[in-house]
Amino acid sequence: MGGYILRRCLIALPSLLGISAVLFTVLALAPGDPFEELATNPNVPPEVRMALRVQFGLDDPVWERYVRWLASMLKGDWGYSFVSRINVDELILQRLPTTIVVIGLSQLLAIAVAIPVGVLAAVKPYSWFDRIASTVAFVGFSLPTFFTGVLFILLFSITLGWLPFVYRSDISSTGWQFLWDHFKQSIMPITVLGLFQAASMMRYVRSAVLDVIRLDYVTTARSKGLSERVVVLRHVVRNAMIPVVTLVALQMPTVFGGAIVTEQIFRIPGIGSLLIDAILRNDTPVIMAVTFVFSGLVIFFNLVADVLYGWLDPRISYR
Amino acid sequence: MAGLTPASATAEPKAGLSPTQEAWRRFKRHRLAYWSLWLLGLLVVAVLIGPLMWKVGVNDVDLLASLSRPSAKHPLGTDDLGRDLLARLLYGGRISLAVGLAAMLTAVLVGVLIGAIAGMSRGWVDAALMWLTDLFLSLPQLPVLLLLIFLFREPLKQTFGLEAGIFILIVAVIGGFRWMPVARLVRAQFFSLREKEFVEAARALGAGTPRQVVRHILPNSLGPVIVAATIDVAAAIIAESTLSFLGLGFPPDIPTWGRILYDGRDYLDIAVHWALFPGIAIFLAVLTINFIGDGLRDALDPRRVL
Repeated sequence: MGGYILRRCLIALPSLLGISAVLFTVLALAPGDPFEELATNPNVPPEVRMALRVQFGLDDPVWERYVRWLASMLKGDWGYSFVSRINVDELILQRLPTTIVVIGLSQLLAIAVAIPVGVLAAVKPYSWFDRIASTVAFVGFSLPTFFTGVLFILLFSITLGWLPFVYRSDISSTGWQFLWDHFKQSIMPITVLGLFQAASMMRYVRSAVLDVIRLDYVTTARSKGLSERVVVLRHVVRNAMIPVVTLVALQMPTVFGGAIVTEQIFRIPGIGSLLIDAILRNDTPVIMAVTFVFSGLVIFFNLVADVLYGWLDPRISYR
Repeated sequence: MAGLTPASATAEPKAGLSPTQEAWRRFKRHRLAYWSLWLLGLLVVAVLIGPLMWKVGVNDVDLLASLSRPSAKHPLGTDDLGRDLLARLLYGGRISLAVGLAAMLTAVLVGVLIGAIAGMSRGWVDAALMWLTDLFLSLPQLPVLLLLIFLFREPLKQTFGLEAGIFILIVAVIGGFRWMPVARLVRAQFFSLREKEFVEAARALGAGTPRQVVRHILPNSLGPVIVAATIDVAAAIIAESTLSFLGLGFPPDIPTWGRILYDGRDYLDIAVHWALFPGIAIFLAVLTINFIGDGLRDALDPRRVL
């Protein structure tokens, strides 16, 4: 198992390099020059500008600039935020936990909804339960998160007045009240994101279970006299989860997209809203760093999926 | 699917029906898809001829009627500057649907090209292209989209003008991030089709690679591509609305559905209609397109008996 994980990590490295190359190319291709302002400033003589360009290596060959940029990104030297006036890595570390918690909890919610519903729908295909669940799932992933978020605010905050619609990180209460307030303000963002995920996940689970349930070994398990419950839970679901894990990992980029939107709607101080703020305020170092962090997270989750895959399917580990 | 598939697994087409008629017959079996086609058709017609019938200016400010609820004068109400929401929605629909279609065409074009090259060439070309496809699949799409728009918005605005520049940029970036599933589909189709007897026959008759691809392989691999293309239109509409909703799509005076929703969301307590109607429009467009894609999947899959 250890060797397998190590091998997977080594395979992930080229993708990280590839993604960093894409990001750097985008940055290098973009028009505009950090010293453009100096060019129009009559107080700065051209020689000084040239000297600055040489000092920061702007005229070096592209690959040299790429290696230098990658090295400083890997060292954690991500630059300095123009707007917040602190180092970018500190800024991201402040914001990252909130995002991870929101994404993690919404994924848990999605799994908790999608797996039972998908399995139940697939055990009795084309029953009324299956029809309703499939239609609801279809409607669910046609509803963009920004619209569900608005609908939720409308229903639960404005009409019913049950939940606050702005996420506050400076709650003054203490003890149980503190936890309760945090819980209350997290319900809507997590539900919006989780249900959106659950809709597409449920379809994957359903078709994966449908594929497995026809196989011979399931018939064997039934003919041994095992109860339907045991057959489904022990024999069907475990094997049906193998493709689902991969598909869920492939969905991660979409999840981050949804998280950015949700953070923006509910004003959650995570790295998604940091990204939007940075873009609106032209804070380039922060934009690059957040994009890099999101890419790293996507690759990390792909890695997790690979490891889970090996754990769920022992045939893979020894290859 | 000729030759290798046993006849019993194939739905025998009824005598006297052309493939298109047969597909239409099968498509109509999917009730929801059929009605979705009508609803979407209605929406498209409304968006196309609506602005000609409902002659209220998109940016006509009427501060006396600001934030008024739906009435006979303003069927969908007005926004904070008293601009008519029906006119804005009809106009915005044109942009949203145009972006969806154009981005889909970009994605399909790139996807078919890359998939076809990978599917016809073996060895390192295929491996390199598939590595590129996987790389693009693991990019975090929305952040990279936002990054691209941030970096290229100003120069394109200066080159092509405000509206056209943003349109080109949004179509290019959305299309540029949707081609991967199409490429994979086309490659997989090419792998199986290029070994089939009818392609071998064409090869034996002396057809060159381009002719094999264009005349024989590509037409037979179109079914799944059409389905993917349909669903891409919906995804592109969502992507454009998301960008507009984050305030990074079209500028404020060009009303797209996402932009109107973004502007209206701060007035949820006093003017529900402002955010509700554009949201419903996006939802209906996306839902109907997805249902049509689902229906097409059933209709164009020759192995399914309907």
